[in-house]
Amino acid sequence: MRFATLRTLGFYALVLVIVVQAVFPFYYAILTSLEDGQALFEVNYFPATLNLANYRAMLTEGVFGRQILNSVFVASVVVVISLALAVSAAFALSRIRFRGRGLLLLTILSVSMFPQIAVLSGLFEVIRAMGLFNSLWSLVFSYMIFTLPFTVWVLTTFMRNLPVEIEEAAIMDGASPVTIIRRVFLPLMWPAMVTTGLLAFIHAWNEFLFALTFLSTDSQRTVPVAIALISGRSEFEIPWGNIMAASVIVTLPLVALVLIFQRKIVSGLTAGAVKG
Amino acid sequence: MSAPEGTSRLSRQRIRSAWLFLAPMLIVLFIVAAWPLGRTIWFSFTDASLDLMSEAEFIGFRNYLEWVDFGDGEGAWYGLLADQRWWRSVWNTVVFATVSVTFETIFGLIIALVLHQQFAGRGLVRAAVLIPWAIPTIVSAKMWAWMMHDQFGILNDMFMALGLIAEPVAWTASPDTAMIAVLIVDIWKTTPFMALLILAGLQMVPEDIYEAARLDGVPPWRVFRKLTLPLIMPAVLVAVVFRALDALRVFDIVYVLTPNTDATRTMSVYARENLFDFDQFAYGSAASTVLFLVIALITITFIMATRMDLEGKRQ
Repeated sequence: MRFATLRTLGFYALVLVIVVQAVFPFYYAILTSLEDGQALFEVNYFPATLNLANYRAMLTEGVFGRQILNSVFVASVVVVISLALAVSAAFALSRIRFRGRGLLLLTILSVSMFPQIAVLSGLFEVIRAMGLFNSLWSLVFSYMIFTLPFTVWVLTTFMRNLPVEIEEAAIMDGASPVTIIRRVFLPLMWPAMVTTGLLAFIHAWNEFLFALTFLSTDSQRTVPVAIALISGRSEFEIPWGNIMAASVIVTLPLVALVLIFQRKIVSGLTAGAVKG
Repeated sequence: MSAPEGTSRLSRQRIRSAWLFLAPMLIVLFIVAAWPLGRTIWFSFTDASLDLMSEAEFIGFRNYLEWVDFGDGEGAWYGLLADQRWWRSVWNTVVFATVSVTFETIFGLIIALVLHQQFAGRGLVRAAVLIPWAIPTIVSAKMWAWMMHDQFGILNDMFMALGLIAEPVAWTASPDTAMIAVLIVDIWKTTPFMALLILAGLQMVPEDIYEAARLDGVPPWRVFRKLTLPLIMPAVLVAVVFRALDALRVFDIVYVLTPNTDATRTMSVYARENLFDFDQFAYGSAASTVLFLVIALITITFIMATRMDLEGKRQ
């Protein structure tokens, strides 16, 4: 009996360690973001002050508000466009038998393995040629490279598992494929679309390399680059309080989304098994 | 799954419509992926610079390797493959990928096994575990950079209180610890992803197998080694390969946490530096091309080795 108790204790100790390591850094960022001036430079494990000065500074001075809107715009448009393209492609890939289908899926999957850096110089040329340099559309456009393969892949798997019978009646009635997608498949696909849409949103929200390269002025930047570029006049004047406030602002909505849609996200990640 | 039986005219029509439905996606993928990749490879064989891309001229393999003769019988190798800094970043990338994926697999397995147990508050624990994954990479890097601050960082405070270190460590600035710092942040951030994939594998194992083992009185450690581990191995392997491919192209964490140091510069960071900071556009393209080749090779090997089920024939 005593051994069993010991084992239970050990187990809960392990659980505690797992939870603390996962939560502590974010907790500490919140704590730091609420400190100002001298308080910042004393190590605290528990909240000592509750000072909103950092938040006020980030949201009222400078262009951070604008940069949040940039991120919201880019991520939302990316989700809408990639879902639209992916649903139509997934329909063809899952419900119609044609030669070269396997090879095509393989090609699409391999695009998701592309290192972003491998297309960077070529993409830079394309974006300059299209006149999109320093425009938010450069990001909407380039983010397709990672959202499309993933959404196509997951939606194809999902559609493939829907029974044949659901479209048979519609085909008999002579409905066109577009009608079949809109009337038969779309109503059934909401769960898969919410999941892939969320993952695409998170991915676009977090992207750094393209955003760093294709945008050049502060008011155009998205939040990850904005946060990375916050700096002081010297190494000793880095405004850590401001950085932490900005970090908390851009992360809280994500953490909330992930916690609310926990189950869907987990199933989407494992169904696609295509990177996080 | 086959198309519904019908006249061949109907199925021909469907096949034609298939390509129509695929076209928009294929065109976009061509412009954002295939074409730029081709151009990157082309640039790597030219003398292109950032401002004179269109006037680039073919120079063969000179960006990769070139013997420059100084006359009087002496000379030296130049180019990417003769660059010490490049090989250093290859080495950094390999070290980063190997160590981070190893630890992420081990910690991910432990967390997955814990989450697979029934206990009060499991839902909350799973939610908590997801938090590092939900935090943007750049934010994680900044959060940890602050925690690892040499003077005011809480990590030094903790470790000194525990007696692990005698004096404050400049985690991100010192060449000895910069790679460790990068690894800590990446392992912290990515372990949840690994845990989720492994947990999904665990949940596929039928419960009655454990029941049988329990009735036969097999000790838990043997159950894990002889039953659980072999059964979840495929899921773990897939997760490891995806993570490894991701780790080989690492950029953000290194760029933000430890900028400009030989100790952590990875292949991606090296390539971008040359492309946009040093005005060595063609040379940077050569570095990108090599990184692409490495990752393509691993991907192809993986797909061949596992004979992936692309058509959905097996279930």
